Amino acid sequence: MATANIQPVTPLREHIDEGALVRKANRSDSRFEIIGLGVLIVTMLVLLSLIMDFMVDGLGRIDGAFFINYPSRRPEQAGILSAWVGTLMIMTTTALLAVPLGVAAGVYLEEYAPKNFITNVIEINVTNLAGVPSIIYGLLALGLFVQTFKMGQTVLVAGMTLSLLILPIIIVATREALRSIPLETREAAFGLGADKWQTIRMYLLPAAQPGILTGAIVGMSRAIGETAPLITIGALTFIAFLPPSPIQPEFPFLSLEWIVSPFTAMPIQMFNWISRPQAGFHINAAATGLILLAMTLLMNGAAIWFRYRIRSRR
Amino acid sequence: MSVAQESNVAASAIGRDNLRPSEAFLKRRRLLALTMQAILFLAAALSVLVTAGIVYVLVVESAKFFTHVPIVDFLFDTQWTPVFENPRFGIITLVSGTVVSSLIALAVAVPLGTILAIYLSEYANSTVREVVKPCLELLAGIPTVAFGYFALLFLTPIFQIFIPTLSGFNLLVPGIVMGIMILPYIVSVSEDAMRAVPAALREGAYALGYTKLQTATRVIIPGAFSGVTAAYILGMSRAVGETMVVAIAAGQQARIAYNPLEGAATITAYIVQMSLGDLPHDSLAYLTIFAAGLTLFLMTFIFNIVAFWLRRKYREVY
Repeated sequence: MATANIQPVTPLREHIDEGALVRKANRSDSRFEIIGLGVLIVTMLVLLSLIMDFMVDGLGRIDGAFFINYPSRRPEQAGILSAWVGTLMIMTTTALLAVPLGVAAGVYLEEYAPKNFITNVIEINVTNLAGVPSIIYGLLALGLFVQTFKMGQTVLVAGMTLSLLILPIIIVATREALRSIPLETREAAFGLGADKWQTIRMYLLPAAQPGILTGAIVGMSRAIGETAPLITIGALTFIAFLPPSPIQPEFPFLSLEWIVSPFTAMPIQMFNWISRPQAGFHINAAATGLILLAMTLLMNGAAIWFRYRIRSRR
Repeated sequence: MSVAQESNVAASAIGRDNLRPSEAFLKRRRLLALTMQAILFLAAALSVLVTAGIVYVLVVESAKFFTHVPIVDFLFDTQWTPVFENPRFGIITLVSGTVVSSLIALAVAVPLGTILAIYLSEYANSTVREVVKPCLELLAGIPTVAFGYFALLFLTPIFQIFIPTLSGFNLLVPGIVMGIMILPYIVSVSEDAMRAVPAALREGAYALGYTKLQTATRVIIPGAFSGVTAAYILGMSRAVGETMVVAIAAGQQARIAYNPLEGAATITAYIVQMSLGDLPHDSLAYLTIFAAGLTLFLMTFIFNIVAFWLRRKYREVY
């Protein structure tokens, strides 16, 4: 009303209470802030309740025997020995394949690739591969590695599949790490007479190492929980034996036979236990899930911490 | 003087001669550089080979499938019973399960994700952002099989208290859980787009007396529109391709999903279900998973391409 009295000259304004408008805008503004905070809290609560759910259901089941027992028909006697050994072997294979390949591809795209059609195709392709559902990688492995190349349903095939899956993550991380190195580093290396490869090997890769490591950890934590592609290539759900040990008592002491043996893995074992009706197996699944959860949270936490340190050093 | 100068020149000439790399060394270095460049190129080209491999496998195996089943039946039949006596192959059933569960996921993730992204990019101070973003990353890193367990054995019983008609396997709860799963992704992509809107536009809006919310809805979101849309589409693509949550909690009955309170198989759940059994190579049942996979690949491929194009567009604008 007061505003209307002050400005009697503009009759159109008579009906508009500007003070009320401002108050209304401010009200909806603070209301939105509360809604935003609420959404944030709800999201965090979901994360928390998921972790709590696994703790409540599974923590009591985890003991020493759980790690050294094979799966069994009786839920109380079942363990995850073959599953964690399988996961360990698959992760080793995946890391050995994906990290060198991903870093090499990232270095090429960032340092060498000329601006041409082929580079453009590769770049669009990497972006697109990052969005292909993981189960499609499983079908690729089933159709190509298992059926066409007859490589069998082995640790090697599982590692190859998962490394293709996490390749885009490592490529992108490598490129970002290289891109963040100041141009002066390159110029200084060239000034000292280094050629391109020497610059990359002696200056750029060491400087990019923390960033690459972060990407590798994120990629591995993604691979460790992947279930669908392993099911598709035919991971067994019930394995009551271990693959041959890589260290042998007789000459030549090292054996690579584990790489071509059939496997199971922790997420597969967990999935298998979830799909059984007995509650005892569900507890086992929760215990396995808790271990998986702890591993992925630790790995992601490590990656976040690394990234934080890289940023604060700059 | 001249003698001293001459000897100096001579000395530096000798020094320089010693520093000059030998021809053999330079040759070796050139060779190594070329070899490494070739190796690095091959590694980058491998990614193209992977895509080619995916397309090859899906198309070849699906082609075999379509020699047995007419493509019209595949697209328009309303039943999916590949291992029955009289097999029927109506992919529409699996597609409906996929689409319904993904739409539920989007209905959860789009509003929540947009609110969170606006909150993080416009309201939250840097401390809150520093804490929240890592937490969202942790949420994004949780294995999908764990989300499946959470949906089936924790959330579904709770939801059943409020919705008594909800079956043990249903599309509603997995859809909601998938929405939570893709939430971090939608937040990070759309927040990226919002922060790419130049500060000058934001400041201009404040100078006009806009509140933060008015700035967000009238300046930031229109400015970041293509990026935010890309985030939604990428989220949809993720939900469509998500496997373990629906394989665990949505059941395995292939039927047209009218009712989200009942279970229905999705494309991905069907592939998992069939892969668990021992499929004889080249049997019709084996070929169906590739035909289903091709359908899934095409759906996600279209989403990804559209999103790629949209994201490139907003990068070009600013």
